[in-house]
Amino acid sequence: MEGGRPLLLSCSGDADSLPTREELGRLRALVKVYSVVQVTVNMSKRKLKDSPMPIGECISQVQTLLRERLCHQQLPQRPEGVDSQHKHLMELLKRTAVHGESNSVLIIGPRGTGKTQLLRCVLAELLAEEDVDKTLLQVHLNGLLQTDDRIALKEITRQLSLENVVGDQVFGSFAENLAFLLEALKKGDRSSSRPVLFILDEFDLFAHHKNQTLLYNLLDVSQSAQTPVAVVGLTCRLDVLELLEKRVKSRFSHRQIHLLPSLSFSQYLQAVQAQLHLPDTTFPDTTFCYDWNASLKALCEDKSVEAVLLRHFNSTKDFRSLHRLLMAILCRVSVNNPTIKPADLLDASRLLSADAMTNVLHGLSILELCLVIAMKHLNDIYDGEPFNLQMVYNEFKRFLQRKSNSLYNFELPVVMKAFEHLQQLEVVRPVDAAAAVAARAQREYQLVRLMLDHSQIMEALQKYPQCPTDVKQWAASAFG
Amino acid sequence: MARYLTRNRLRRIYKWGGFPVSHDRKLKTDEYDSLHISLEDLPRTTVITNGQYILIEGVDDDHPYVAKVTKLIESDKKKKALVQWFARVGEVPPNKLKLLGREPHPQEIFYYEGPTCEDEIDVESILNTVQVKFIPVGAPFPDVDRQEVLYVKLSWNTKVFKVVTPEQIETATAAAPRLVPTPGRLRPALPPSPPCSPALAATPRSRAPSRRALPTPDPMVMNRAAAAGGHSVRGTASAGKMVAAAEAESMHSASKISASKCLSGKRRSCVARTPGVRKKLELSSPRKSLMDGDEGLCQLLDEDLDQDVLMVQRSATTLTRLMSQPGGLTPARKTSRAAGSWGSQSMKPVLSYMSLGGDSSPETALQDSDRELCGVASLEDEVFDMGLTLTPRRQATPRRNPATRGQKASTPSRRADRATKEHSLGVLAEENENSPMEPAAPTPRTSRRKSAQLVSSRIRKQLSLLDDVHSDGDDSDEFLPSVKELRSSSDEEEPQEEEEEEEEGEFCARLDSDDEIVAKKSKRGAAAPRTPRSARKSQASMRTPRKTPVKKATPTTPRTPRHATPSIPSRSLPARQPGSALEEARARLHVSSVPESLPCREQEFQDIYNFVESKVMDGTGGCMYISGVPGTGKTATVHEVIRSLQRASDADDIPAFNFIEINGMKMTDPHQAYVQILQKLTGQKATPDHAAALLEKRFSHAGPKKESTVLLVDELDLLWTRKQNVMYNLFDWPTRRHGRLVVLTIANTMDLPERIMINRVASRLGLTRMSFQPYSFKQLQQIIMSRLNKVKAFEEDALQLVSRKVAALSGDARRCLDICRRATEICEHTSLDPGAPGLVGMSHVMQALDEMFSSAYVTAIRCASVQEQLFLRSVLMEFRRLGLEEATFQQVLVQHQALCRVEGLQPPSVSEALAACQRLGACRLLLLEPSRLGVLQRVRLNVSQDDVLYALKAE
Repeated sequence: MEGGRPLLLSCSGDADSLPTREELGRLRALVKVYSVVQVTVNMSKRKLKDSPMPIGECISQVQTLLRERLCHQQLPQRPEGVDSQHKHLMELLKRTAVHGESNSVLIIGPRGTGKTQLLRCVLAELLAEEDVDKTLLQVHLNGLLQTDDRIALKEITRQLSLENVVGDQVFGSFAENLAFLLEALKKGDRSSSRPVLFILDEFDLFAHHKNQTLLYNLLDVSQSAQTPVAVVGLTCRLDVLELLEKRVKSRFSHRQIHLLPSLSFSQYLQAVQAQLHLPDTTFPDTTFCYDWNASLKALCEDKSVEAVLLRHFNSTKDFRSLHRLLMAILCRVSVNNPTIKPADLLDASRLLSADAMTNVLHGLSILELCLVIAMKHLNDIYDGEPFNLQMVYNEFKRFLQRKSNSLYNFELPVVMKAFEHLQQLEVVRPVDAAAAVAARAQREYQLVRLMLDHSQIMEALQKYPQCPTDVKQWAASAFG
Repeated sequence: MARYLTRNRLRRIYKWGGFPVSHDRKLKTDEYDSLHISLEDLPRTTVITNGQYILIEGVDDDHPYVAKVTKLIESDKKKKALVQWFARVGEVPPNKLKLLGREPHPQEIFYYEGPTCEDEIDVESILNTVQVKFIPVGAPFPDVDRQEVLYVKLSWNTKVFKVVTPEQIETATAAAPRLVPTPGRLRPALPPSPPCSPALAATPRSRAPSRRALPTPDPMVMNRAAAAGGHSVRGTASAGKMVAAAEAESMHSASKISASKCLSGKRRSCVARTPGVRKKLELSSPRKSLMDGDEGLCQLLDEDLDQDVLMVQRSATTLTRLMSQPGGLTPARKTSRAAGSWGSQSMKPVLSYMSLGGDSSPETALQDSDRELCGVASLEDEVFDMGLTLTPRRQATPRRNPATRGQKASTPSRRADRATKEHSLGVLAEENENSPMEPAAPTPRTSRRKSAQLVSSRIRKQLSLLDDVHSDGDDSDEFLPSVKELRSSSDEEEPQEEEEEEEEGEFCARLDSDDEIVAKKSKRGAAAPRTPRSARKSQASMRTPRKTPVKKATPTTPRTPRHATPSIPSRSLPARQPGSALEEARARLHVSSVPESLPCREQEFQDIYNFVESKVMDGTGGCMYISGVPGTGKTATVHEVIRSLQRASDADDIPAFNFIEINGMKMTDPHQAYVQILQKLTGQKATPDHAAALLEKRFSHAGPKKESTVLLVDELDLLWTRKQNVMYNLFDWPTRRHGRLVVLTIANTMDLPERIMINRVASRLGLTRMSFQPYSFKQLQQIIMSRLNKVKAFEEDALQLVSRKVAALSGDARRCLDICRRATEICEHTSLDPGAPGLVGMSHVMQALDEMFSSAYVTAIRCASVQEQLFLRSVLMEFRRLGLEEATFQQVLVQHQALCRVEGLQPPSVSEALAACQRLGACRLLLLEPSRLGVLQRVRLNVSQDDVLYALKAE
């Protein structure tokens, strides 16, 4: 069952069965790393452009520019709507960098609200200051990449380039590494050693490490007269403090910077416009640029577009999902379609908001669809109780008898094959897979549950190409 | 290279040599003279006598403890030894080693003068004998190649290194055992017999000289003793004759000199030269010096080459002194007194006698020595009678002989090596004899003894005088016999002044040859019970390489790179100092800034201080358990206690102690505790198992010069293991008799011992407990005030608000300080005039409190998207419908879609709704089952329903 998941993810984009948070996060983390690589490639491309250009050139120019903006989260000059948080964090890090004061802080906010962006903005600003960039040492850790303290310690040692101090011997045992790092941090003092900035992405995952050793030690350093450190944690969990062990919690300064998406719909619209806006000054072809911006303005004033965006806004304020939408639009821009049309937006929106499981159902055979319908009826009859293949087959048989139509008269082994296919697609799910395997229950009697809502089944049936009417009727009828 | 005969697999048998020398009725102890250690199945025995340097089984097999035996006693059927300890380099704390100001020599040891020192050891822990050599401060160490020799240069009293003088080393040991002169001892090979008359004692000796002229090395030792006396007598009696005989003698001995020996001699002598030190030696008490001499003589006769040979020299001088004194022979009392007062004026004649004596024929020397020895014997008797403290040493005499033999037999194979080598190099040596060998060589054993030093200093004087008398210092051959006797007896006299290099060289040559003779003799003419030397040698060589060389090499080399302590690079610009009052206040309020004192913990401080102090004073061990919620100053108080104790110990109010801190949170595994303790204690690195074994050994054995150790175990609960053996050991060591370990443990829960510890662990922890109560608001206020220390940054009310709030919540001082710090920041930001921000007021503190304590749930719900809010609402609705606090996503979805229709919104697809649900779950507004359950996952609220309603309504 679990093995089938990656396949599902890759072929159907986002399947209904959402990947676990960890999987998603790991992907995110990797994407973040990957994006850095791509920036450099794009930079070199842009320089080749000249001012009078054919339309194709302009389009590719636009694609490059906007894709970079949307995918790589180019830093804005100053993040909007988070002035106080920005100031707080800035002051805090500056004090560490300049005064050598140890600090710890948590930046908390739901996903996609710009925590990392805020931090990167602050860091960029801080490093722009003259004496800071040479002093401040940074250590970036991610709870999804450094899944235990051993890896985290190695990573810290590597990023502080302490391994050079002792040759290649440093990566000894875990205990040695810990002692090594603590020794290193202990030797420093407030005024003379370079401050170290520890950035812990997915901070909450570090709290799950054994004994929270890493957190205890980092926070302990931040509370004692050792090397000045600033521990900045980024997390989306509001209850992160409750995860900390009492000793660790006591050592944490309890500074929390909450980042919550507070923008209104008009701001959201402006943000959309800003994201797609082409810069007048730097874009090579001014006429194209002008046309594009004008069409963009018109687009945003369109009622249907506004409705789509509102729906999207109502669904989520996450900027990443907005970027995904805009990206889908951008892909439709071509030489034949040089500006964004409202229809593009509608299509893109429909694509993104489409139900994943319904899409899966579209690919099923009639037999499999019939089985799903039989399961739906079983669910109705038994009020969501689990069922097994035999029950489904009987239900299906009854349907066939009623219709006296031999068209779908399949043998049990064929039905079983279809059933297994459904199981692989996770349309149905064994109640307790491990227990069933252990008990060596026969497959036709293994209890399963349907993973679909009725609305999804009905929707899928409606959209199913050339769906037999009797099947549709059977699905719609109250009783099997 | 046999370095130390470390612990053997074979069982060792410990036997007293002979009968008790004395009995102490009060202490019910018997004192013995020597101890025989033999290995099962092996005929070889090692003999330990008083004054001998021994290796004692310690924590580390490679570095056994070094000590000098001062007394051998038996009490309660247990064989004990009183010792004077020496500290190895490794036993001195690494940080104190810096006081040395140089790299310690690997073979260096320090005379231990520390106050806390258990000087009684079990003889079973004795491993073997060792050679210790005194080196004057200024002199360099000899080359390292002879690793079985240890060098003393300085003394160590746990605080500072001091220059050590040879007497110092001597006095510690000379006191008890050396007091008794016994004529009986003069008779080497006799079976145990009642104290014999001088006449009897003299007989065997008279035989010795007769053999003397023979080229065989065998009787040489006997001769030495006899001649020592004899020549001096001769000196008094007649002028020298028999030059030829003397020459023959010198030739003979010269033939034994090996080149290597000479070289080593040179080396040694250049080390052993501190005139200043030696000057003092003459001040030692007359009686003792006399007796030392006597004993030396005896020992010489016993062929106790190893160390006592020196004594002969001594005795010789004493005798000559006696002779030089008119009528000195008969009145023993007078002699003993005279010996002390014996000054440089009497030296001249003596020396001349001696030199003249060299010319005498062996025969006369023999007779003379006979006579003389009788005299000495009677003299000794007299001394014995008069001495109050002079216990019946003589009883031990007969036994002494085998003992010394055995001992010699066990001397490291080096000697044997040398012997053979010398043999082959004999021809070469002949030339060497006359060549200037100015750096006269003390054998490695040299300055081990104070008496030796004493004697040598005298000899030196004599020789310098001699120079005056004999303008022609070249006729070494002529007076060689006499000098040789001196030399041979004293073995390593050489601490000579540079002037008499020639003679010195001669001496050393002689002496070495004598050594060598003895070695040979023991090799050849070994009595039946003794193993042939070669066999012994092979044993030694078999045994040694197993441990010493290999291990020595390994730990040092790889350790270096690992030990290179890393550090964060230092910054180019210094950190900016706080400017304004607020910044100053912020710096002071940082938890890390160490306050001058810890207010509000006076009582706890006092209790812990008293506990640790008393344990350190008594040299006992103990455990204490300290509990308290985080941020109540437990660790800070203990550190404060240790700081004051260290101050007290620096001021010598209490004995010095080690302080070691481990933290359960700062180690990856409970067993790492051993590793960390060991490393902080000795600097060694070991695996947990090995470290545990070493520590076990260290804390359970009568450690020498062991300082008390104060061990702070922070976050004790993390040292919990299934078997609890880490905790068990930590609490068991303090209960050991020799543990000297004080364990202070810290954890958060008051009932930790009852909750997690099994009975035997909890029982060992004991009931010494202390609980740190959370701070009350007044205390918190006081803490802030004391930290601020008159920096005016806060309004009174603001401080009170903070402390009341924190006291009500947790009583965590850290929290209190953090809030104050944040308040200063807020004050700085909000002030209109950045130049003069003013005081931190109530509003700032309120804001800081809000930031830190308010939960963001309500705000988060308000900021959520419409769909998310609707989903929350539908969750509430579903809960209400079900009457449960839990629903499946599918159930909520139905509500959600219905709600959307009511609200006039397009119902979201299942995927969208699920995504919204997941987002809420990521923020932990909802608690969800794993997402792979899809629509079947169950949903719970992580916030109270009221909060959700409040947040949604207010919109």
